[in-house]
Formats: sequence, C-alpha cells, structure tokens
Amino acid sequence: MHAVAADRVWKYFGDYPALRGASLQLSKGACLALLGRNGAGKTTLLRILANLSKPSKGEISVLGRIGYLGHGIGVYDDLSAIENLTLFGQLAGLENAKDAANAALELVGLARVKEGLAREFSRGMRQRLAIARAFLHNPDLLLLDEPFTSLDDRAIAVLQELLAGARARGSTIVMSTHQIREAMELASDVALLERGRIVFSGSRSSEMLLDPGWLYRTYGEGARE
Amino acid sequence: MKRGFAAAVAIARKDLRTEWRTRESLNASISFALVILVLFSFAFDLDRDEKLAISGGLLWLVYAFAGALIVNRSFARELPNDCLDVLISAAPAWAIFLGKAVACFLLLVLVEMVSLPVFGLFYNIRWVSSFFPLLLVIALATWGITVVGTAFSAVTVNVRLRELMLPVLLYPLLIPLLIGAMELTTGLLNGNAVMSDIRLLIVFDVIYTSLAIMLIEFILVI
Repeated sequence: MHAVAADRVWKYFGDYPALRGASLQLSKGACLALLGRNGAGKTTLLRILANLSKPSKGEISVLGRIGYLGHGIGVYDDLSAIENLTLFGQLAGLENAKDAANAALELVGLARVKEGLAREFSRGMRQRLAIARAFLHNPDLLLLDEPFTSLDDRAIAVLQELLAGARARGSTIVMSTHQIREAMELASDVALLERGRIVFSGSRSSEMLLDPGWLYRTYGEGARE
Repeated sequence: MKRGFAAAVAIARKDLRTEWRTRESLNASISFALVILVLFSFAFDLDRDEKLAISGGLLWLVYAFAGALIVNRSFARELPNDCLDVLISAAPAWAIFLGKAVACFLLLVLVEMVSLPVFGLFYNIRWVSSFFPLLLVIALATWGITVVGTAFSAVTVNVRLRELMLPVLLYPLLIPLLIGAMELTTGLLNGNAVMSDIRLLIVFDVIYTSLAIMLIEFILVI
C-alpha cells in the first residue's frame, strides 16, 4: 500500500489543464522533491493531495493524517501563538492539544511569547509558528509547498530539524521547491513536472545530488527538443 | 463523527474569540440595527395599532440585514494568511460549516437581544410578556438566516464583490422564513399568534441545514 498514490490526475481551470494525467506513487517514509518551473502544476498537485481541490479526472489516495504548509502561513493574526496551536491540535483530534501546543512552541523557540498575538510577531516568528502548526500533530504525510521560500535563517534551521525528525519517525514528505540543491539533500525520491505532466518520477540518484541541473537537462523540456 | 463535532466546537469558539477581539462585524451589525430602528421610529408618525401591525416586519427586516453583516465575515475571516486552506485540510467541511454557523447564530442572537429592548422603547411595544415564545421564534428564524447565510458566505468567499453578492443570493431564499417569522412575531406582539405556524420555521431550518451540510464540501473543495 502506497502512502501517496495519484493515478492519471487531470485538473482543469476553465479550459486550461493545469495537470495532464499526472501519476505518482510514494512509499511510506519517502521524501519526494516535487520539482518544476513556475506554472508546471506543483501547487495544484499538492492541493489535490491535501484535499483542498478535487481532480477533474483521475484518482488520489493518501494514508494517514496530513500536515500542510502552503504559500500562506495559515495562522490567525487575532489569536495568540498558544491559541493558534491549541486550535489546530483540537482540529487534529489530539488528546491534550494544549500540551502539544506548548511542546511545539518550545521546539520552534516561541515559548517565551506564547501569549502574544500572531499579528504582533515578526515575519520570522510567524513563519516558525506556521511550521509548528504543520508539524504539531506528527502527521503521517507532510505536504509542503515551497517550504524554504522566504524563510529566515532561524526558520530554515527549525524546518530542517523538524523535517529530519519527521523522516526519522517514518512520516512521508512531499515537498515542492525551486531550491533544487537543498531539496536533493533531503529527498529520497524526485518527480519533475512539466506543463502538468510528470516527465520523471523515481529515486534520487547521485547525478542529481552532484549536479542540480542534471534532471532538467536530461528530462526537462530542453531534453526533448 | 465525534471528532467532527469537537472540531465544530473548536471552530465556533475560535470565531467567537476572534470576533470578540476585533468586533469587526458585531459593532457594524449592532450599530446598523439600532440606527435603523431609531430612524424608522422618527421617520413615520404611526399610532399604536399601526406600530403593532408593522412590528414583526420591521424587526425581521432589521435582523435580516444585520444578519448579512455577521455572516459576510464568516468565511471571509479565513482569507488572511490562507487560513481557509489549513482549516479544510484539518477538519471535515461539514464541521467547518457547523462551527461557523453556530458562531454566527450566537453573534446574531446577541445583536437581536441588544436591539429588542431598543425596539420596545422607541415603538412603545411590550414584548416582555411574550418573551419566551418570541425567543423560540427568534432562535428558529435566526438559525435559518445563519445557516443559509453561512453557506452563501462560503460560496462568495473568493468573489471580488462578495459584500454585494451575498445579500443578492441570500434574501430571495430567506423569503419564506422571513414571512413566517414576521407573521409569528406580529402575532405574538399583538397577542394573537398562531403558534402552529412555527412548523414553517422548523421545516425551513431542517431542510436548509441538511442541504448545507450535504453540499458544503462541494462548495469548499472545488
């Protein structure tokens, strides 16, 4: 049984097909780097996997609880840090959501300001709060849409630490990104999307790690022209 | 199912807490209701019988318009920071809807409870003796307004002119509910209500609550 399976998924926005028969299988515990240029369909595929959008055609199946980190930080400005995380803990069905929230705030270095409203936080603090929110309930599947984009150094360190912990626990990770080098270091699997089609899907190879441009040159649009 | 209800309670509490802190829709809604009631009392020189005759209609028009201000913010509140995405990925759509509808219901009942004494004062209408049957009518009709309003708040959440679109979509559907609530309220304030008419409100609430819960996933996840 795959942790994530997408079978010939199409998604239309009006007449425009954002995904064109994208298929993907991912084993439990794998970390997939979902690569592709802007508009390739990465966010659309992630949103479908997160059940935020329905495919126009095709089947999707995902196992377990989902943690989602999208383009927005997904926390409420008018709630305090502890209220935000307690809310999402309750939504995830955690037995003691407040304890889990406190532990998560400790982990991301926000315990000292836990009673502060999110709107009063700096950008970096809000990013760490968003990261804590996504990892709070130890999800079985993490769906991260360009997670490293516009993070400050501290938030990047927190995210890398939490990703390593999630991998050690056996969580499955799907991460769309433009930062190929960082992604290749984390990933066990790689998929390349081109105009809504998955043109490569497989294990990360040593060539990809050594030369981040290799995948695009070998399987990308330029390779077929 | 149990987890869904727990999620609905958590979402309702969150909406009430954020509304209490910002008072975005509450202040607007209470001010609107009070201003309309006061302006109408000065605009028309009515005798007591005429006031009683229009009492239910006036009260429910004010409540319906004040309600639109409350429900308009229901899903719009989730737009900053893409909170709606996170909410949909964390809780079943029906639980999100139910939590939001309950929060809107409580807020609108608060608006109604604040404006009812003002209505009694400015129109010289005694509503205290029929308070409990009136409360039942208010509860049923307010649930109807909030359940339809919350559903349309979800429909219009990504529409650019949602403040205009919501009333356009909402009020035609509320016509049977409002007619029933107006007649019952006028009857109660005149002392000649036919309480069996309350069945209309109950049927409306049951139908639209069921429909909204069944359809909300198709509205939110597209």
